[in-house]
Amino acid sequence: MIADLNKNKGCIMLFEFTDEQKMIQKMVKEFTKNEIKPLDMEMDRNGFNDELWKKIKENGLLGIPLPEEYGGAGGNAVTGALALREISRGSASVAVTLDAHWLATDIVFHHGTREQKEKYLHKASEDSIFAFALTEPSAGSDAAGIQSSAEFDGTHWVLNGTKAWITNGGISDLYIILAKTDEKKSTKGISAFLVEAETPGFSVGKKEDKMGIRGSMTSELIMNNIKLTKESLLGKVGDGFKIAMMALDGARISISAIALGLSEAAREIAVDYAIQRTAFGRPIAQHQSVQNMIANMDIGIRNTELMMFDTARMKDLEKRHTKEAAMLKIYSSETTMQTCKDAIQILGGNGYSRDYHVERYLRDAKIFEIGEGTSEILRMLVGSMSLNK
Amino acid sequence: MNIVVCIKQVPNTIDVRIDPVSKNLDRTNITGVINPFDKNAIEEAIRLRDKHGGEITVISMGPPQTIDALREALAMGCDHARLLSCREMAGADTLATGYVLSKAVNKIGAVDMVLFGSHAVDADTGQTGPIVAEFLDFRQITFVSQIDMEGNHVTAERMLEEGRERVRSKLPVVMTVTKHLNTPRYSKPVNIMKAFRKDIPIWNYEDLGCDINMIGIPGSPTIVTEIFEPKRRSEVEMIQGSPEEMVKELVAKLTADHAI
Repeated sequence: MIADLNKNKGCIMLFEFTDEQKMIQKMVKEFTKNEIKPLDMEMDRNGFNDELWKKIKENGLLGIPLPEEYGGAGGNAVTGALALREISRGSASVAVTLDAHWLATDIVFHHGTREQKEKYLHKASEDSIFAFALTEPSAGSDAAGIQSSAEFDGTHWVLNGTKAWITNGGISDLYIILAKTDEKKSTKGISAFLVEAETPGFSVGKKEDKMGIRGSMTSELIMNNIKLTKESLLGKVGDGFKIAMMALDGARISISAIALGLSEAAREIAVDYAIQRTAFGRPIAQHQSVQNMIANMDIGIRNTELMMFDTARMKDLEKRHTKEAAMLKIYSSETTMQTCKDAIQILGGNGYSRDYHVERYLRDAKIFEIGEGTSEILRMLVGSMSLNK
Repeated sequence: MNIVVCIKQVPNTIDVRIDPVSKNLDRTNITGVINPFDKNAIEEAIRLRDKHGGEITVISMGPPQTIDALREALAMGCDHARLLSCREMAGADTLATGYVLSKAVNKIGAVDMVLFGSHAVDADTGQTGPIVAEFLDFRQITFVSQIDMEGNHVTAERMLEEGRERVRSKLPVVMTVTKHLNTPRYSKPVNIMKAFRKDIPIWNYEDLGCDINMIGIPGSPTIVTEIFEPKRRSEVEMIQGSPEEMVKELVAKLTADHAI
């Protein structure tokens, strides 16, 4: 994306995608239409689809944001947002899985040593799925309250504890696990570790039976005296919380791209239905109350789009975007909830049926007000940043 | 084995409409895409190259924006691309187009196989491939649905209206392919990025050594007298309700119209 500041005409910001971004978007759109969207309803009932993910890997979608030296396409935050938005139009579940993978690969890329990058990032572009594990049964929003521990025994790090609600838990080859390395310290006592799925003592616990995004895998992870080499530490001792918070800024842009795609998918169904369905001798689209709902959808979608690409551009320019990403995530998730709810209302009884997709979209949408920072936590963050200026 | 794939950029059929006033193609909001059957030709070229070695050059004659289609062909996996473009080439029919393409094949040189889609979805003639074969004096096999290579011979299955025909030919050969031949691949994002770093030279009629009287409008004996949209004969009526209600209403309407 190119941002242009035309000083002669005041401050005018123009969003224009590069030709490469446009072609990647086109490819992802086509792939989603043909391969992903037809399976979304089936995945909602039967869960993660291995065959589809084989195709996703074969067609190079895992590596879109990674640099070419690691087999990726060298895309930036804008490219990633474009791709996730398109995928989410076909399946929020698939987009969430890919987003969680990208979040973890982004952390390895930014904080890993040369050896760690060489060892893992080529695989991340080709056929390995990654996961990021911070949340625990008793620590979600209060990330500093995690209880998983990592002790250095002189030669190895020994990890114990349980992680909960881990997206891609059970299907990943590599996990970034956050654990306490110093009980006395709060956030500065947390460190990040790279844990391979096959590590002895590491296992996958309960698979969550979720309300929505059921085509993605979410599981508990159990660490029972797992031994890791010194080379498994990601970043420095005590850097874990900082690494997580930096990554979450970017992840909130991605989540918003998924929320945006879901809003657009729900809007499309609602508009088609409103034009075709007649009541009292005319299409329901001609009724003002229905038009109001469509108008609100468009306002929300347009605003999300502008906020999202602006925040993604800030990330690409390496400008701090903590507040902007938090505001974006609140807005996009609440917009998609309202859009999906209104889409059901426009479809009436059909909207309540599992045959018409929008009820699934509403169930999918709810997670975006919870994951990667609840709306409440993010409002606290925005509020404190606004007042402490 | 060196392969040339000739492609055409066509309007995305989803966007196409004819301006009711001017009767011309309304090009507003039209995006160009690779002719779908040409994608089957590109896919087959990639498979043959990966199995038997050699290089693929993709060529297209058209205005400057045709470069987007060539770029996409590179992203799918072709090695080189050449755009055949100049003002003098504009307005060409299939004969003039075939002449220019054949000159480009000769300029590339040492070509064993030239592949085309069986026809383009816009003009729907299917003539350009055979015309190029005539200009090049290559053997030609049209409507191909399967290709097997054996040394410097190709065995192809042709998809005909009332059956299939197997044909064996020596190289070099021109083939036009059907959609039954393969499923075109998606362009991987990493290959899209690489495609944008490749140079796509533009060859004009002088670069190709074309006779100016055989290209563009002077070289085109075809005259298009009119383009029109087929008249809509009747309005489509949507029947709503439960399946039982809809069937009942449909039968009633068809009976009333004496259709059943």
